[in-house]
Amino acid sequence: MQQIIDFFIRNKNFLLFALLFIIALQRTKSAHNYHQTRYLGSTHIVGGSFFQWKASITDYFDLAYQNEVLARENKNLRTQLLNSKDTTTTVLEPSTDTLNFDHIRVQTAKVINNNFHKTKNQLTLNRGRLSGMEIDMGVVSPQGVVGIVTHVSDHYALVQSILNTQSKIVAKFQKSQHFGTLTWDGFDPTALQLLEIPKIAPIAVGDTLVTDGKSTIFPEGLPIGVVVGLVQEPSNDYYNITVAPFTDMTSVKQVYAVRRRDANEILTLEQQGENGTN
Amino acid sequence: MAQTNWLRELGRFVTVLLVQGLLLNHVRLFGYINPYFYLYFVLLYPLTGNRTILIALSFFLGLGIDMFSDTGGVHAAAAVFAAWIRPLLLKFSFGVSYQYNTIKVPSAPLQQQFIYVVSMVILHHFLLFSLEAFSGRHWALILTNTLASGIFTTGLIIGAFHLFSTSNK
Repeated sequence: MQQIIDFFIRNKNFLLFALLFIIALQRTKSAHNYHQTRYLGSTHIVGGSFFQWKASITDYFDLAYQNEVLARENKNLRTQLLNSKDTTTTVLEPSTDTLNFDHIRVQTAKVINNNFHKTKNQLTLNRGRLSGMEIDMGVVSPQGVVGIVTHVSDHYALVQSILNTQSKIVAKFQKSQHFGTLTWDGFDPTALQLLEIPKIAPIAVGDTLVTDGKSTIFPEGLPIGVVVGLVQEPSNDYYNITVAPFTDMTSVKQVYAVRRRDANEILTLEQQGENGTN
Repeated sequence: MAQTNWLRELGRFVTVLLVQGLLLNHVRLFGYINPYFYLYFVLLYPLTGNRTILIALSFFLGLGIDMFSDTGGVHAAAAVFAAWIRPLLLKFSFGVSYQYNTIKVPSAPLQQQFIYVVSMVILHHFLLFSLEAFSGRHWALILTNTLASGIFTTGLIIGAFHLFSTSNK
């Protein structure tokens, strides 16, 4: 007995180290899991209010830039509004544009925590379930797509950034209808990879990518990024395409979460269809 | 044996946590290079101080940084490892009898100081980025990050040694 106690006292540093290390590993592992409840994460009430406090300090550093971003967006929206065919009527009438927001619910939110130098990046928003945030809402910035909501708590929401090696977003070319999957390899925050575009597609550097309306997450036609690199691999029939996102992920602050009002209807219908055929 | 000044250690703990969380987490040189200056606390903890307390404090320091950067437990794991491996590195860089010499890390010869800081930073950063990537597919990324951020962190810490060494005496 004495020897056992002696053993513990002699090795107390190593045992403490091993214990704390295992706790830390456990926390790391659960942070990588998609739907795990996390007790000290940023969507928890303690972590969340902590980030809110931190954001209230650090937000002042780039107010000027954020104002400019919002002003630029206002300018674009105003240009669209004033240049519509008949400015007296079209505003109120349901339009047939691709950017038809009639059936889209939009929620503003502020990014209170952001990271982009890891391989699995996430953002925390200051709106949660009580403000109408839901899992699988799409998140866009004034410039373009940001990511998808993966966790919600009562007051906060967690967004899987497009700069996340697990992120897969369907993107299509604005001018043609070719679509592929947008992923990130974890290296450069200004370079995303677009997969599955066949070599027969008529595309070029400088083409704009927008969201594809086929999933229920993003409405059709939201800007994502621009093609900056185009390589033809001799070994297969697909392009290697590098895409620069429009959103400056390193400084995103003000965002909008969007939800198609018919998303649940579509999902239920698809669910029924699957069950029916099985 | 010098008495550990707990007030000073606690002050350094809080300062390093806030500086890292509020300021240095936002540096991102060239988009991804970030210094992890909080190692300063582990490096500068009194050489004769209680090891068990250092390991526990480092864990909580890492956990605090993890809360700031929303990373689960990677900083906690890396920091607790740094605290545990510290005596070995001290022996390695300052000689076997470092505990009986009245060495002060900030005023030690630059060469020994450099070996101490660099070995600690490399080990810590390598573990940190390995855990963060959490899979073997990103070896190149782990090594680049370790090297790039490591250089940054080392420069910052050695700079801080020389900047604050007179005031800390």
